[in-house]
Amino acid sequence: MKMLQATVAGAVAAVLGTAAMAGELTIATVNNGHMIEMQKLTSHFEEANPGITVNWVTLEEGTLRQRVTTDITTKGGQFDVMTIGMYEAPIWGARGWLEELEFGADYEVDDLLPAMRGGLSANGKLYAAPFYGESSMIMYRKDLVEAAGMTMPDNPTWGHVADVAAAIHDGDGGVYGICLRGKPGWGDNTAFLTTMANSFGARWFDENWMPQLDSPAWNHAVSFYVDLLTNYGPPGSSANSFNEILALFNEGRCGMWIDATIAASFISDPRQSKVADRVAFAQAPVAVTHRGANWLWAWALAVPAGTKQAGDAKKFVEWATSKAYIELVADTNGWGSVPTGTRQSTYDNPNFQAAAVFADAELAAILSADPSNSTQDPTPYTGVQFAAIPEFQAIGIAVGQQMSAALAGNVSVEEALAAAQTAADREMRKAGYY
Amino acid sequence: MRARGRNLRLPLRTGAAWAAAFVMFFPILWMMLTSLKTELQAISVPPLVLFEPTLDNFVLVQERSDYLSYAVNSVVTAFGGTAVAILLAIPAAYAMAVHGGRFTKDILLWMLSTKMLPAVGVLMPVYLLAQMAGLLDTRTVLVIIFAMINLPIIVWMLFSYFREVPLAILEAARIDGASVFREIVYVLLPLTWGGIVSTALLSIILCWNEAFWSINLTASDAGTLTALVASYSSPEGLFWAKLSAVSTLSCAPIVVFGWFCQKQLVQGLTFGAVK
Repeated sequence: MKMLQATVAGAVAAVLGTAAMAGELTIATVNNGHMIEMQKLTSHFEEANPGITVNWVTLEEGTLRQRVTTDITTKGGQFDVMTIGMYEAPIWGARGWLEELEFGADYEVDDLLPAMRGGLSANGKLYAAPFYGESSMIMYRKDLVEAAGMTMPDNPTWGHVADVAAAIHDGDGGVYGICLRGKPGWGDNTAFLTTMANSFGARWFDENWMPQLDSPAWNHAVSFYVDLLTNYGPPGSSANSFNEILALFNEGRCGMWIDATIAASFISDPRQSKVADRVAFAQAPVAVTHRGANWLWAWALAVPAGTKQAGDAKKFVEWATSKAYIELVADTNGWGSVPTGTRQSTYDNPNFQAAAVFADAELAAILSADPSNSTQDPTPYTGVQFAAIPEFQAIGIAVGQQMSAALAGNVSVEEALAAAQTAADREMRKAGYY
Repeated sequence: MRARGRNLRLPLRTGAAWAAAFVMFFPILWMMLTSLKTELQAISVPPLVLFEPTLDNFVLVQERSDYLSYAVNSVVTAFGGTAVAILLAIPAAYAMAVHGGRFTKDILLWMLSTKMLPAVGVLMPVYLLAQMAGLLDTRTVLVIIFAMINLPIIVWMLFSYFREVPLAILEAARIDGASVFREIVYVLLPLTWGGIVSTALLSIILCWNEAFWSINLTASDAGTLTALVASYSSPEGLFWAKLSAVSTLSCAPIVVFGWFCQKQLVQGLTFGAVK
């Protein structure tokens, strides 16, 4: 009988039980092309580091943020390496939630683009290593612009962008003058609108942390945005974000798109895009200032302070964000497929320059973004398309919902900004800023 | 004239039934069609109906994900959770159906009311409990959670089936000296077997489709097929064709299972409907 009990218990344990083993790294990441490629190439890391095996957990972006936040605050220890963004890295690093990253001379830390390195550091210490980075820029159909008798300078103004959008817009033919993010979310429409507002002279908070959403600059920017999309945007813009617009652009239904530089590699790829040979690039438009007109973002790898395998985890981060890894991707898939936006050496490489038609525009956009000086008037926060404070996520979501409602025509711009100001004010008071 | 009207009514009803079935099946059909397209075809406007099908997305899913491991986790947690819930629900439903008291109705309503609590409301306590018990990313925690979240519905269903059994039969068993255990096992369960099986089938389907807890409590080892499907959503890049392929692969086992069990399912759900 005891034998039977032991067998049953053993079988149940075998079926139900699982346990993390030493030397096994669990890495949380999002599902995008560069990350998937990293998963495929992991065997190279495992071969070079016998005794370490890597398990991947791929999560939807929102779920990833929630899971890694839960894991890190409860010291759950489920993940040894986490994919986080430029918003989380300095906040979590300063709180001691992440391990400081120090690599050997081979890593060539000075080769990392200064904006990326700075944005992922806190108090001068690097807390996350950039895996790929991006800014924002204009991507447009040069055939449509030429056919309309227009030109697109390298550094256009918002007024010129509106003129081009009007000239190339053909709503009846299903080709829209301009496509922009409208879906609510702090990483969706709020991110884009923040860069636009920065350029119109607006800021999120004054020096005393008072929200500034009721300022004339915000009103001017949001009114311009709503008018532009209402007149020359696709129907249902308030539901569009990166993927929705990517689908429209690749189908040849957007004349112009201002969004993440990473999109350039998709829309210029003939396997994905019907207009791959007809796209060109320019820097994000400016209104009254160039400061903060284009965003800065990086998906980066970090090691949570709660992991029991910090040494192995750092080894992996060092490998995945190294110059050698970029060369490995180039050898495997070609220079057009390497993760960009992280290292100067990538942009200096003639093979990359030849393979990526967007290389110069992307580098110029990344180099011109400065998270510590992103508004016309002084602010107490850093960040271009966000304010790097824990409360921003909730504020950004609330504001994004109001902006989306204004775009959908459910409320006026004035009403939306007044409601956004109230929401931001409430959140900041609750957090004790004043 | 009346006979002619009757003759017409049958094809009309049949046609309406087919139309309704098509409308219900259409999302699944579209998902299967999309899984056979390229990403560019998947986003095409107007949508493509005629195209050259490709199995590339299925190959890619097999290359990228350990489908079998996720499928095994789904099977173990769905069947395990259902078994635990049924074992707990039978005595509970028996007590309330056969030996009901003043508060039986209130207890049943209270049990059902727990289903009204949004899952995210108890995420942190459950997460912390699982962490303290060392059960994060294990099938055990999913079996426990699945059993608990389906328990109210299972108790309700079994309660209604048990109530259909004439008390006289149970009393006769008692007069013959049957203990409570024997009364349940040898009299009650055989009489309500169809209902119990259909309840179990429904619970298995609910467990199979559960996503919230699977995504939040598992990492690399105990993830179920719903977690696998969720992982194919991409923040930057087209993913509809790949997502459709992995969704088709995730739905397939439970659809086949449901197909084979449909007779029992309908039998059980209509159990006691006609006296």
